Amino acid sequence: MNVIDPRLASKGALKLVSGNHACALGAIAAGCRFFAGYPITPSSEVAERLAKQLPEVDGVFVQMEDEIASMAAVIGASMGGVKAMTATSGPGFSLKQENLGYAAGAEIPCVVVNVMRGGPSTGMPTRPSQADIMQARWGSHGDYPIIVLAPASVAEIYSETIRAFDLAERCRTPVVLLYDQVIAQLSETVALDGAGSATRTWASGPRAEFKPYATGMNAIPAMPRPGDGYRTHTTGLTHSESGFPTQNPEAVTRNLSRLFSKLERHRELIDSCETLACEDADVVIAAIGISARAARRAVEICRAKGLRVGLFRPITLWPFPEEQLRAAAMNARAVLVPEMNTGQLRLEVERVFGDKTVEGLHLFSGEAIVPADIAICAEELTRGM
Amino acid sequence: MFIDTAAEFDVRAYLRPEMMPHFLCPGCGHGIALRALLWAIHDLKIDKDKLAVVSGIGCAGRLSAYIDANTFHVTHGRPLAYATGLALARPDLHVVVITGDGDCLAIGGNHLIHACRRNLKLTCLMLNNEVYGMTGGQVSPTTSEDRLTTTTPLGNQEPHFDACALAMAAGAGFVGREVTHHVPKLKELIKAGLAHPGFAFVEVLSDCTEIFGRKNDMGNSAEMVMRQKSGIRPSAYRDTVDTPFRPNHLPTGILAKNDRPEYGAAYRRAAAARKGAA
Repeated sequence: MNVIDPRLASKGALKLVSGNHACALGAIAAGCRFFAGYPITPSSEVAERLAKQLPEVDGVFVQMEDEIASMAAVIGASMGGVKAMTATSGPGFSLKQENLGYAAGAEIPCVVVNVMRGGPSTGMPTRPSQADIMQARWGSHGDYPIIVLAPASVAEIYSETIRAFDLAERCRTPVVLLYDQVIAQLSETVALDGAGSATRTWASGPRAEFKPYATGMNAIPAMPRPGDGYRTHTTGLTHSESGFPTQNPEAVTRNLSRLFSKLERHRELIDSCETLACEDADVVIAAIGISARAARRAVEICRAKGLRVGLFRPITLWPFPEEQLRAAAMNARAVLVPEMNTGQLRLEVERVFGDKTVEGLHLFSGEAIVPADIAICAEELTRGM
Repeated sequence: MFIDTAAEFDVRAYLRPEMMPHFLCPGCGHGIALRALLWAIHDLKIDKDKLAVVSGIGCAGRLSAYIDANTFHVTHGRPLAYATGLALARPDLHVVVITGDGDCLAIGGNHLIHACRRNLKLTCLMLNNEVYGMTGGQVSPTTSEDRLTTTTPLGNQEPHFDACALAMAAGAGFVGREVTHHVPKLKELIKAGLAHPGFAFVEVLSDCTEIFGRKNDMGNSAEMVMRQKSGIRPSAYRDTVDTPFRPNHLPTGILAKNDRPEYGAAYRRAAAARKGAA
């Protein structure tokens, strides 16, 4: 895993960059033209890189007074029609949750990068963690849909950043890019050849008939751009198709039902995962981020010993690719979940399987899980049958 | 002097009729402030399509929904932060923030001082009624000393903020204050704020008759407004030393005005200069 991917050898624009810089470059390539942030380890390099690069492409960078304000400014910029992003780490991610919920409820596209570090509270700012898996899905109050992407390499941070903007625009939703301190500050060789993300679908047609939250079959309303003459209202209050607040039970149920189901209707666009040697596996390892990279090596170690071990790696973490996991582990007798927390991904895997043996390998010492430890656990699980 | 404000300005052209009747209580001063804002917008011929109004949570926060413009009703305390993103991303829009004393000075206090310091072109209209009206009448950062609220049953023992002094200390390029009794003067003050090239902070002394007034036995709306009027020192009399003005009377009118560089334009200029040098 730590050598140059042979697939990159023939490509032109190879760069040695860190994960955080790859994120910034991916954002520029995706068309991001606004970034608001607040300094926090280990994500600050995303902001620093964009502070330099955004003015070069007529974009705007602003360092706000706090994490809450930076999330708010990003949503404000996006409401103005500009692709916008912020980046943070655990404590800042907690502070952003209220406005993240606003973006989900009012359906404002935006991208939020959360570089996971040790917790709880201030925790270990310079050490990796994967303990925000559940906060990324459930962090804000109330029910809401959200997309969370979990890249596992610097190259994937670059491509998933672009995909994050694409999904945010196509689905009118906040997208969280969730990775850990290790790949954030790891430098790898990357082909910077991805470009562009979906252009936002703007409202068109006569104003008199326009309802900002009325939708056709795809459940995703076109956004009115300020200045185009629609003069609509956007609110965090529960609203009807007109965009104005309502507490009418039927109108509330209609709009919220659409909101809650809109990502489910676009799973073919959103879903992304990787499987490795799962077809005949007795034990499937389910992991994300740096733990998945260690797991990949663990699969090699186990296979070399003749043990049938495979890897399932969600790239889109939420909505959780449960059907894909079920298919990958159909013949497996046990699933092993190595993660840098006390069992957040394991909880979701257990929910998916119900009766299958699901074991966790949990490390919260501030160190990354090493392949040998995963291989030992996987081997024990194959022997234990 | 009597000014027939209804003859000079028809507010209905700037309101959303489908949102009427509005939800403000009888006697509330917020409607007067809203009318003054819309009158100022009308006088300045600001295109409604290019007008963006961002408001927070509370009674003042609900006003944006009544305005026929691009309106954004955001989270509690954060309208200035949302507006900062919107104004930076869309310098072609005219961005106005409507906020209340709790929204702006308590939960949103950090955003206010930094908006004053940053000096991005925004107009912030803070409606100060000394109380959290929407939630039933709790003490706010501007509640006068000894006043009764649902959370100060002993009378308020905390000193209150002078919002304009705070904005001036934080470096706001334009600061002004007016009472709802003086509607044409309020309109002119808001106009000056809207026309200011940087961050403009305008405090309107509003009245909450139903909750705050009732709790403190302050009489009806007219009596509350007249009490406010008798407690101010208009800018024309600012240097008057003797009676009838007292030292604790609140100065009104334009309190500060300077031409510090506007942040958005300064940023774009610096970016263009860097690109030119490259």
